[in-house]
Amino acid sequence: MTDTTKSKIKYLYTNYSIILIFLIMFVLLSIFVPYFFTWRNMVGLALSVVTIGLIANTMMFALASGDFDLSVSSTVAFSGITAAVIINNTGSVGLGILVGVLAGGLVGLINGFSIAKLGLNALITTLATQMIFRGMAFIFSNGRAVGISQAGFFTLGNSMVFGIPTPIVIMVIFFALFGILLNNTVFGKNTLAIGGNTKAAELAGINVDLTKIIIFTAQGFMAGFAGVILASRMTSGQPNAAQGLELDVISACVLGGVSLNGGIATMSGVVVGVLIMGMISNALNLLNVATFYQYVVRGSVLLIAIYLDILKQRSK
Amino acid sequence: MSYYLEFKNITKTFPGVKALDQISFGVKSGSIHGLVGENGAGKSTLLHTLSGALVPNQGEILIDNQNMNFSNTKDALDAGVAVIYQELNLVPDMTVAENLMIGNYPNKKGFVDHKELRKKAEAQIKMLMEDFDPKVKVKKLSIAQKQMIEIGKALMQDAKIIAFDEPTSSLSDREIKHLFEIIEKLRNDGKAIIYVSHRMEEIFEICDTCTVFRDGKHIETFRKMEEVNHDLIVKKMVGRELNDIYGYEERDKGKEIFRVENIRGKGVKRNINLTVQEGEVVGIFGLVGAGRTELFKLIYGLENIEAGKIEVRGQEVSLNSPKESIRNKICLLPEDRKDEGIIGIRSVSENINVSSRRHHLKYNFLLDKKAEKETADKFINDLDIKTPSREQLTENLSGGNQQKVILSRWLSEDIDVFLMDEPTRGIDVGAKYEIYKIMYNLASKGKGIIFISSDLPEVMGVSDRLVVMRSGEIIGILDREEFTEEKILSMALPVS
Repeated sequence: MTDTTKSKIKYLYTNYSIILIFLIMFVLLSIFVPYFFTWRNMVGLALSVVTIGLIANTMMFALASGDFDLSVSSTVAFSGITAAVIINNTGSVGLGILVGVLAGGLVGLINGFSIAKLGLNALITTLATQMIFRGMAFIFSNGRAVGISQAGFFTLGNSMVFGIPTPIVIMVIFFALFGILLNNTVFGKNTLAIGGNTKAAELAGINVDLTKIIIFTAQGFMAGFAGVILASRMTSGQPNAAQGLELDVISACVLGGVSLNGGIATMSGVVVGVLIMGMISNALNLLNVATFYQYVVRGSVLLIAIYLDILKQRSK
Repeated sequence: MSYYLEFKNITKTFPGVKALDQISFGVKSGSIHGLVGENGAGKSTLLHTLSGALVPNQGEILIDNQNMNFSNTKDALDAGVAVIYQELNLVPDMTVAENLMIGNYPNKKGFVDHKELRKKAEAQIKMLMEDFDPKVKVKKLSIAQKQMIEIGKALMQDAKIIAFDEPTSSLSDREIKHLFEIIEKLRNDGKAIIYVSHRMEEIFEICDTCTVFRDGKHIETFRKMEEVNHDLIVKKMVGRELNDIYGYEERDKGKEIFRVENIRGKGVKRNINLTVQEGEVVGIFGLVGAGRTELFKLIYGLENIEAGKIEVRGQEVSLNSPKESIRNKICLLPEDRKDEGIIGIRSVSENINVSSRRHHLKYNFLLDKKAEKETADKFINDLDIKTPSREQLTENLSGGNQQKVILSRWLSEDIDVFLMDEPTRGIDVGAKYEIYKIMYNLASKGKGIIFISSDLPEVMGVSDRLVVMRSGEIIGILDREEFTEEKILSMALPVS
């Protein structure tokens, strides 16, 4: 074998190994798990990852820029509740969706401003806003689920487009949009540059603060949007929705090869990471494995994924 | 007559590079063996194989005629090898005594015996002819003192072989003298010592024997220092005769393109007035702490300007961020390439295009990947950047090639004024020459260049005019005809 083909194979391996793992898992599960490879189950699987998938888009940006966002789980609940309360009080579905999404954006803006302009640590800042907005969700809902009276709202989460549930279509569109944003725009490349070396990025003329504020605000909007869709699917706003979601999203990104140190991210990796997370739960459900064991399996998969990532980096 | 430490056919390869190629030589007990060569010649790599941090692909290291296959640093320590690197491995928040005996505390049933610890530490400090308190935290000490503790640590571990990697690079003359006394004392105690340095005069001062490396190869080992001289060693290092490495030529000067008037800010105090014409290379010389880097930071918009003004082509500009500076056609090559210049984990192509990609967007939004590839390939070719491909991660390039990547970043922009902070620091002689050529080339195209250098021969050899700074102010500006080492140094040195 010539050196160039060798290095090409190595390149493919280091950059796309996770896709290979995904394909192998998919084939094995299709063969050995009954009902796994059916249309119905595939749609169910895709639906189950919509919330994680939507938020993974922007989480990828936050991680790629070298930061974390732990607040997304509370943002989902907070915007779902906000949308529900607005719809019930005004009767306007459109206004409810709009304000719900904006509420998410507000959380993101607070995060971004605190981190970029006040120089606070991202981990601590978003941990704080996670608590604050979980609390706000409980306050706005008086601690109870807020049932929504307008049936029109449910079409967002429960309708079909060409035989595919609308949330899945929305998720796929966003995967495509954020993929382009990451690979084909100055913004995406700047994000990676900031994560790779913040100081060098600044000296190269990148407006680091502004980029970070935009990333976190976008993250807030996406979490808000995901929260509204979730409320629509559940026909109510739930103050305790999506607890622990932030870790699932970060896990999916890390599985997909996003570096926790920043500077490295691919959209294809993140999509596969999201699907692997969903596939594991889905298969375990089909096999009737109790939820308690599922946590153990998912945690173990994450550990293995991170270890593979380290092996990959060492081999470079 | 036999060697205590012997390298036999040591070969170490990294992807695409042979860092060490069949290195063989020996060092006797009770002698100081110098190791010289340009950056990237393989000196540090050899020390890493000695310390167990790197495992050679081939060859063996013999100590006292026994084959040692160090697979990690602990093996090497146990075999009595200590390597003292430029970056010291001390715990800043622990005391001198704790650092001296780290990993090896005297204890009684697991509880640290503080009395014994102090006693041993005090004895060691005395042996090193120092007088600091063993209870003081290491972070309060000077670099020279920290280095002494590193040596003390090695002795505590009963090291028989001690290697020094560029130990004097940040020491004062007085501190160097003290270090040499200690190193000579170690030699007289029978240690085998390896001494790596760039500074030829040091090699002649303390080494008994020395080996010259070039491009990972062993070129020659001199067993008697009386038989060699400075020029011979340099010739061996470089592999060719170096006449005038600066290659300066007179250029035509054009209009004034850059002017700074009385600016003030952090670390920059008064009398900062300077101008640059088209086609001019202006050097800035000064000692550490003279405010040179601070001046660049001020101009480049990284610090707030408290007073004064900056003009580009006669227009007053306000530069509050690097972005604004770049828009006003000013760029900076930072002093610390690794931390502030390159984005190591991204490719050469991305590092080159990071700023200029905004010039070729499709629909004002989407990147033009084809144009970016062309830009990268053009500069890899024009500046002769040594990289397997434009997709190579920039951190895998040598220092000189990384500097060329940063230069390409700005050459692909529309820049008139280049601020270069120590552009050739840590770069080998060949690459330095190429950097000078690029500077002259830019100047002859009508650009203005201001560059900082701590290397006096370099700054004298390359500059058209020379600005001398001292404690945050400009002491004087000399024309090329007026350059003399004495004059420049007397301006740069603090008045006592």
